[in-house]
Amino acid sequence: MIALLAQVEIRDRAAEDGCVAGNGFCPGWIADNLDRYLEPFWQHVYLSIVAVVVGFAIAFALALLAHERRWLVGPIIGITGVLYTLPSIAVFFLLQPITGRGALTALIALTAYTLLILFRNIVTGLENVPSETKDAARGIGYTDRQVLWKVELPLAMPEIIAGLRIAATTTVGLATLAFFAGAGGLGGEIFADITFKSNVVFAGGLCLALAILLDVMLLAAQRLLLPWRRAVAT
Amino acid sequence: MSEFAGAIDFILHERESQTGGTQVGGQQLLPLLWDHLQLTGVSVAVAVAIAVPLALWLGHVGRGELLATSVANVGRAVPSLALIAFFVAYLGVGFTNVTLALVLLAIPPILTNTYVGVRQADRDAVDAARGMGMTGAQIVRRVELPLALPLVMGGIRTSVVNVIATATIAPLAGVATLGDPIIAAGVYGTEGRLGAAILVALLAVAAEALFALLQREVTPRGLSSTRTAKTSRRLKPA
Amino acid sequence: MTSSNTAQAEGPDAYREATTLELRRVSKTYPGSDRPVISDLSLEVGAGEICVLVGPSGCGKTTAMRMVNRMVDMTSGDILVGGRSVRARPAAKLRREIGYVIQQIGLFPHQTIGENVAAVPRLLGWDRRRTEARVDELIALVGLDAELRDRYPAQLSGGQRQRVGVARALASDPPLMLMDEPFGAIDPINRERLQNEFLRLQGRLRKTVVFVTHDIDEAIKMGDKIAVMKVGGVLAQYASPAELLTAPADEFVEDFVGADRALKRLALLRVRDVDLWRAPLVREGEPTAAARARVAESDLPYPLLVDADGRPLGWLSERDLARERVRAPADSGPEPVVDRDAVLRDALADILQAGTQYAPVVDGAGGAVGVLSIDVVGHFLAQGDTTEESPSARAGVDP
Repeated sequence: MIALLAQVEIRDRAAEDGCVAGNGFCPGWIADNLDRYLEPFWQHVYLSIVAVVVGFAIAFALALLAHERRWLVGPIIGITGVLYTLPSIAVFFLLQPITGRGALTALIALTAYTLLILFRNIVTGLENVPSETKDAARGIGYTDRQVLWKVELPLAMPEIIAGLRIAATTTVGLATLAFFAGAGGLGGEIFADITFKSNVVFAGGLCLALAILLDVMLLAAQRLLLPWRRAVAT
Repeated sequence: MSEFAGAIDFILHERESQTGGTQVGGQQLLPLLWDHLQLTGVSVAVAVAIAVPLALWLGHVGRGELLATSVANVGRAVPSLALIAFFVAYLGVGFTNVTLALVLLAIPPILTNTYVGVRQADRDAVDAARGMGMTGAQIVRRVELPLALPLVMGGIRTSVVNVIATATIAPLAGVATLGDPIIAAGVYGTEGRLGAAILVALLAVAAEALFALLQREVTPRGLSSTRTAKTSRRLKPA
Repeated sequence: MTSSNTAQAEGPDAYREATTLELRRVSKTYPGSDRPVISDLSLEVGAGEICVLVGPSGCGKTTAMRMVNRMVDMTSGDILVGGRSVRARPAAKLRREIGYVIQQIGLFPHQTIGENVAAVPRLLGWDRRRTEARVDELIALVGLDAELRDRYPAQLSGGQRQRVGVARALASDPPLMLMDEPFGAIDPINRERLQNEFLRLQGRLRKTVVFVTHDIDEAIKMGDKIAVMKVGGVLAQYASPAELLTAPADEFVEDFVGADRALKRLALLRVRDVDLWRAPLVREGEPTAAARARVAESDLPYPLLVDADGRPLGWLSERDLARERVRAPADSGPEPVVDRDAVLRDALADILQAGTQYAPVVDGAGGAVGVLSIDVVGHFLAQGDTTEESPSARAGVDP
């Protein structure tokens, strides 16, 4: 059974010029209607960034826990892996009887999706620290805590930032469906008139641009924070 | 929690639709499930047919590394809803168009994983194969593909789960999948929407489990499973 | 030590001078295993000595070393550094006062060379100026270019990295150094150079050193004392290199030291330690009668032509003494010429390399003092005499 899509068309075919009426790609219309995308855009930014930040805090804590108790790695990857498998659109609805409609529901789901990527990358980063570096650090008198914060975590940073980059772009993409949870975002605008080219291309383009922007910012942070990564034998 | 009870009831038993006149839920979900599986199956099959040979070739000749590895990153950044919407806006609705969109979605993980799998295949083994006089095609078929197979399967697994999730919004493009009760809650009711969400989640988890099993089956004995677990990066399905 | 040593100015704790080290009946058994990896090991290392732990893999030499700074905890017994139990302080605090160098070096790849060397001073809370001064001093001390200070480890060669590792270990001027196969990953040519440099450094710094290696030649070269260990952490023999070579305690040590232990002793001796032949020295223009008389009473049938200052010019044949006066030039050059302070093994190698049987020996001024021949060396080895000399002295350092 095909559902009749009860969508509100956001263009006024009769009143607009030929471009809109003929459903072309209309820069003029976009320029006139920019403000309609402003709030969804900021909602999208908010959802993405909060989810990644909270997800990172949780994954980081879990990774530190699992760093001391190795047996935890398997179960944590297993559980976050199942969370990761659940389709977001389903989760947005599955959570609603419990957390209601709104940003909270969307953020819980989006945060949960970052956990697997971030946890695995932090753990892999810590695992990849050469054992002789840790041995030397302990041998010259670093305490266990100093080894972790001054040697292991700095050396795990490339892998951690790589995880953040994947998590950020993934979350921006998933947040396009957050409107199903009543949390707004650019997906709501795409959905509002899915057959109108100008709308689809511009709203989708904004999502893509946001993903790329976050990715580039994280890449820049990596270059700035990790000068030693570029130091190679001359 | 009564919502969940209602949702389970919707899955198990037919009922009249909110708008009246037709029956929904229970047995009526079977055609939706079938379309969902069919859409997923066709899309992934086409993606495999395109991505695997291409990646095998690229990996074998050692070219196109940037393409093969960055395609996954680009794929991740493109929201599935935007992709479907783009196809609807430019090509219109229908099974073929949705399939095309889903194929595009399914290609990156398979392409990247296959490429990485071939490049990671033990170079000494490949060298030995060349040394004993195997042709390029024989090396691909007998050495590189078997060694890359776990990663190839990992890529397919990611794509299947990914496509199952995205097929949920296919009703937007006129293909009635299990997402229909979700998109058209006006017809199915909120219990119907929740029931469909449960089904989609179960379907994704079942597919994930099935392909995880397959992936383990195709891993040659002697190749540690940790290697494949570490190197295969999954893309988050929609 | 030099008075400009910034570490010594206001040391972190207690001792600055080299310290004694004592292992008292130390054992180590890992949980779940009934075989000890170290069994009842007792060793005393004098202040300023290099003690080499050597043995086949699995003999527990690295474990024994790592128990000193408590990287591995002993099961029973005690270890005293400067008479004080290593268990008297928290492990991290103890380690900051013990230098630690490992084969893989373990530099911090995310820190510059300067930051790596400054690691321990920072842990000890030194102020910035003192730390900076110490870093500069150490980088120069280990023979590194000052401009490497701001580079990262990835930009250095293996040998340079190992020097940084040593500098980092020396940063707090620790009285005791632990070195686990420090030159094991370096190619043979650079290894030899680094060994010599370290011995020269040791000649100045006089640290107490525990040095682990599986290479008996390195042990003989580096050690004041050598502890040969057997699998299971059993001490087979603890002796000076010369004693080890002349009087192996048992068959195991004899095998481990090798069938060529007589040759290895050559590395412990200098040319001046053996009884050199007197050479018939002749000068141009002197009467051949006198020259012939000297040849007759010397150990060698050939006269050695020397210049006015006694420096060897070459060998003459009997024909050259046929006339009334000695005539130059010589038939063949004097090469190889060996220094009386040279290590006997190197001198012998020079003679064999040149394809001759003997070589003139000269003193510091270049004047001929005698002749070293293969026969002399063979005769000397048969006697079994040895002399005791510290490795750093052999490496040419005046203590």
